[in-house]
Amino acid sequence: MTTAVETLRDEPLTIGGRTFQSRLMIGTGKYPDMDTMVRAIDASGAEVITVAVRRVNLDRSKETSVLHFLDPKRFFLLANTAGCYTAADAIRYARLAREAGFNDFVKLEVIGDEETLLPDTQGLLEAAKILVQEGFKVLAYTNEDLVTALRLEDAGCAAVMPLASPIGSGLGLLNPFSVRTIKRRLHVPVIVDAGVGTASDACLTMEQGVDGILMNTAIAAAQDPVAMAQAMRLATIAGRAAYLAGRMPRREVAMPSSPTRGMLD
Amino acid sequence: MKQTVDVVINGEFKRITPGATLLELLAELELDPRTVVVEHNRRIVRRPALGDVTVSAGDAIELVHFVGGG
Repeated sequence: MTTAVETLRDEPLTIGGRTFQSRLMIGTGKYPDMDTMVRAIDASGAEVITVAVRRVNLDRSKETSVLHFLDPKRFFLLANTAGCYTAADAIRYARLAREAGFNDFVKLEVIGDEETLLPDTQGLLEAAKILVQEGFKVLAYTNEDLVTALRLEDAGCAAVMPLASPIGSGLGLLNPFSVRTIKRRLHVPVIVDAGVGTASDACLTMEQGVDGILMNTAIAAAQDPVAMAQAMRLATIAGRAAYLAGRMPRREVAMPSSPTRGMLD
Repeated sequence: MKQTVDVVINGEFKRITPGATLLELLAELELDPRTVVVEHNRRIVRRPALGDVTVSAGDAIELVHFVGGG
């Protein structure tokens, strides 16, 4: 059985000089257990895996880091600055992450509001400028505002990551128009990050023409994370394929698919 | 009595041997220096230098690693 994927003439995704075959990136938080996480990552086909920087637990020094379960040679580890509410904190976390020695990429988050976890775009821009100067490849988590996205690109970000909806909300793509506009206007890759809840959300997001999608909770909090990871892989491919295929125009009236001529008297 | 100095590690007061290097401190805490990033008084200390930096009373040390996250 063939799939539409084989007919695709797609190019791999390149961010900051690195090329990736998968357009689906996934987070490593909130899985019921490490075995489920590893199997879900495998099922997703993702190459880029996000991780967070946190204090080592001194009381349980045998507690292992997430790296114990993920081969850094097989996956591209993208550290985030999740939980940072100021540019200074985000910069501090990014520097610590780089020191771990895997790469100089960072998923930059500067959060501005505890309830919605929406980004502080002013702090984000400030941190992005400094980190770019320090040689980081910055992937900036932002809202779906075009002007902020343009400024992040001007600041030298390697990718811009508008949200579909708030982190962990599972509300899906709330503003396809804005995401499409950002994709149309930017030259750097646009990766939608946060908010997808199920496979149709991922598909709809990819149909907007964005370069990729990053998710965590939609997979980790599914009743069967491994099955959902597979669904997300297929949905990401389907959405990309549909975008490349070019959808038919929308019409307000019906048009028959069968011939109108040759009907019986 | 064994002499100790007070330092703050990951926000907690700890008593450690005076004159210990960061590398010795990690060994005392049974942490593998290859899996931990060390910040000493707000400055990152790169792995090759961990054996050169001595911990003094009142120092603030952060030991971090990668955990699951989005």
